[in-house]
This record gives sequence, structure tokens and C-alpha cells, in this order.
Amino acid sequence: MIPAAFDYHSPQSLDEALSLLKQHGGDAKILAGGQSLIPAMRFRLAVPAILIDINRLDDLRYVEERGDHLAIGAMTREHSLEDSSAVRSSYALLYDTAVVVADPLVRNQATVGGNIAHADPANDHPATMLAYGATVVAKGPNGERTIGIDDFFTGLFENAMTDDEILTEIRIPKPAAHTGGAYTKLERKVGDYAISAAAVQLRLDGDTVAAARIGLTNVSPVPMRAKAAEAELVGKSISDAVIEAAGKAAAAECDPSPDLRGGVDYKRDVTRVMVKRSIQKAVARAKGGK
Amino acid sequence: MSEHEVTLTINGESVTRSVEARTLLVHFIREDLSLTGTHIGCDTTSCGACTVLMNGKPVKSCTVFAVQAEGAAVETIEGVAAGGELHPLQEGFWEKHGLQCGYCTPGMIMTAKNFLAQNPNPTEDEIRRGISGNLCRCTGYNKIVEAIQYAAEKLQADAGGE
Ligand SMILES: Cc1cc2nc3c(=O)[nH]c(=O)nc-3n(C[C@H](O)[C@H](O)[C@H](O)COP(=O)(O)OP(=O)(O)OC[C@H]3O[C@@H](n4cnc5c(N)ncnc54)[C@H](O)[C@@H]3O)c2cc1C
Ligand code: FES
Ligand code: FES
Repeated sequence: MIPAAFDYHSPQSLDEALSLLKQHGGDAKILAGGQSLIPAMRFRLAVPAILIDINRLDDLRYVEERGDHLAIGAMTREHSLEDSSAVRSSYALLYDTAVVVADPLVRNQATVGGNIAHADPANDHPATMLAYGATVVAKGPNGERTIGIDDFFTGLFENAMTDDEILTEIRIPKPAAHTGGAYTKLERKVGDYAISAAAVQLRLDGDTVAAARIGLTNVSPVPMRAKAAEAELVGKSISDAVIEAAGKAAAAECDPSPDLRGGVDYKRDVTRVMVKRSIQKAVARAKGGK
Repeated sequence: MSEHEVTLTINGESVTRSVEARTLLVHFIREDLSLTGTHIGCDTTSCGACTVLMNGKPVKSCTVFAVQAEGAAVETIEGVAAGGELHPLQEGFWEKHGLQCGYCTPGMIMTAKNFLAQNPNPTEDEIRRGISGNLCRCTGYNKIVEAIQYAAEKLQADAGGE
């Protein structure tokens, strides 16, 4: 189907984009990779009067380590994460995630900023950024502010940014020593959204879990952290029983809806398994394994 | 509703047209430029039949607006046989029976062209991952993989022979 008519702007700078956004307020939408927005417009689920295409803002495309964090420009394409040596060497959870987002063609267009800004619980990056404890940078007419990821997702397709703000950067804390992470996703086929997926980032002190954060994909109306599962891990010496308890806690605290991908009980059980597998992998990586 | 003048190169040739902002690149290519080798197989950005190269990268042209291609170099299946001679990929699909109905073939070839440029000597597994955004309902993929392997070998031999 063909989207409804709209006015199109292609600003050449972030300032120009911000002033267009201010001028048009709630009538305008940002067009990033378009891989969520254009399909929604084709089904007329989204009918924006104005599109502000930020694809010319090459300044927003970078993946670089800066001091204590990894900075990712909002317009970085998914495929660039796969190619980044920093991501490959030190951000295993992010790498695991990047290679299972959609399919290779979609990843050539889709952006990391768009994936997070869209605040779709079916998207893979929200859970991963929750597990990392990432920070989102938003720029508006009154300058720049940072939003902690725990405060970012406010509803289905809703985030904490105002209509006149643009997401410019995502910051991921540099993992401390003895930290490991992993993303495990069950999908019906390549290119599909998760039936359920789990992002785990944890730090070990010997065999004891010193810190852990867990994010879940597509099993709740809003991207969620599995805090009960985290509580089963932190302070405990890692064992099969502890990992099973964390998986069970996640299965109980998630809130999936029945759909084509399965019923509620099935999705809860898949969540248990995804959480367990991610913890096992994260622990192995924290100990220096692959 | 806005109307825009768009200038881009298509298979090396510069074209300028006026388009409505909502015109999808695939419709622009098929209807305004009459290049019907690029197919439309779905409404959901799922199938990859519409794959074209935009500045060298394969993208689903049903999920890009034509205005966004301003200044871009776009390559479609019509541009692949340079000087009328089949590209090694086209030859591979011919020799290895890489198609049945042929609907997915233009998209497969555009994806594979970029893939082989990045991975001149791929494993079978890498090929399967590389084409995982393109659906084929006929072949079961094995023959497509063989066609791409054929092309990889031929391109390597050609490069080595120089
Ligand atoms: C077939 C298919 C399968 C997919 N499968 C998956 C999957 O398995 N996992 C997954 O994670 N995703 C999947 N996706 C979604 C894809 O990754 C999207 O591209 C992504 O969710 C949005 O990124 P985008 O850059 O395309 O954003 P767009 O579609 O351009 O924008 C999405 C929304 O975010 C807003 N926005 C975008 N960027 C900004 C910004 N910088 N500041 C403020 N607002 C902004 C837009 O206004 C819009 O409302 C799939 C998509 C398709 C078509
Ligand atoms: S027509 Fe199916 S992905 Fe474009
Ligand atoms: S040959 Fe028929 S869809 Fe691939």
C-alpha cells in the first residue's frame, strides 16, 4: 500500500532539523532508517503530516569508545555495529543483539537510534540497553539532556523525549573487569521479531554475582527489566540452581500477550529458557570465555 | 503534500524526475523509469524481491522513499549485465538452476552482488546468512547457494587471471 501524502523535509544539519521540529511540533515525525516508520505508514497506522528526514546528518553516525563509555551516534546503521572492532572486542551483548535484529537488508537501513526511539517492546535493542544501563542523549531547542534508560521507555511506542527533541546518541558504560553479557533470542525465522529474548549483563567477584541487569524482549507492553530475576542472582554464588531460579523469576514477572508467536504459558517458558541461556553465556564470558 | 525534483543515477545514467514525497523507490523505479526487473513481493518489508543497491548497499526499495535517493547511485538488475554480457552471478543462476519462477531472482542477485564484493571467498554458511533477507518460495535455496558459489569461484578466477 502507499502511504498517505505528507510534506517532506531533508535538513542538512541537526540545528536545522531541530528548528523544523520546533516549528511543526506534534505534526512532524523524524524519519531515520524508516524500517519501522515506513511499514507503519504503508498500513496507515502512522499518518504523519510532515516527515523530517535526518539521513543527511552524517555527524550522527559513529561508534567510538570515549573514556568510560561507548558512544553510538543515533544514525548509526545496524550493520555498522557488526563491523565495529570495539563492539566485537568488548561489547559481546551488543554484538549478539546487532546480528539478530531483523535481516541483513533491513540492517543496512535501520538505525540504532530509531530502534530505541521507537520504544517497541518487540525490538531487540531496548532490552539490551536496559541490561547495559545505557544513557540516551536527547537534543531539543533548549539544548542537550541525558536520560537514563530506566526512565526512557514510558509506554508502548512511547518514550521520555518531548515532541521537539531528537535522540542524538546512546552511551553504554564500558564493562568493568570480570563482566560478561549475552543476548539470546528465539525467533520463528530470520527477520522475525522475537518470540522472547533475554539480554543479560553481569559482573562476577570470584564465583559470586556482584552485579546483574536483565532486559526482556517482546514479553511485555513496555520494554522491561527482569528485576526479580536480577535479585535471584546478585550476591549469590553461581550454580545451576541459582540460574534456574532466575529463569523462573523472569518467567513469572514478564507479561506476554498471546499472538501468532504463541500463547502466554509458552512465552513465559521460552523466557525462562532464554534468560538461563543468556546467564550461562554471560558467566562464561565474564570468566574470559567466548 | 509535497512534490520534489529528484536527481539520481540509475545503472550509471543520470535521471531527474518530479516525484510526490510519498512515492516509494520501488514504484519510482518500476513506474517512472519503466525498469520492471525490480519486483514487489509483499506489503510488509519481508521478502526482498525489491532489493536494489543504493550507493552500493542492498536495501529493500519498497521501504525507502524515492526522494531519499536524491544524489544516490542506484543499481538494479537491469544494470548487472555490463555491455550485454552476463555477470558471473547471472551465469551461475543459469548454470546451477538457481531459479524456478524467477520472482525472487533480481533481488537475490542484487544482494549477492554486494555480498560477494564484501566476501569474495565465502563459506556456505556465510552465503546462507548473507541472503537471509531474501525469500524464495520455489527453490529451497540450495540451488541459489550453488549459483552464488559458482559466481564466487568465477569472480576469483577472473581476478586472479589479471
Ligand atoms: C521485516 C522487518 C523485521 C524487523 N525485525 C526486527 C527485529 O527482529 N528486531 C528489531 O529490533 N527490529 C526489527 N525491525 C525493526 C527495525 O530494526 C527498525 O528499523 C527499527 O525498529 C527502527 O529504526 P529505524 O532507524 O528504521 O527508525 P524509523 O522507522 O525511521 O523510526 C521509528 C520511530 O522512531 C522515531 N525516531 C527515529 N529516530 C529518531 C531520533 N533519532 N530521534 C527521535 N525520534 C526518532 C521515528 O520518528 C519513528 O517514530 C524489523 C523491521 C522490519 C521491516
Ligand atoms: S516488496 Fe517485499 S520486501 Fe520489498
Ligand atoms: S524462484 Fe520462485 S521465488 Fe525464488
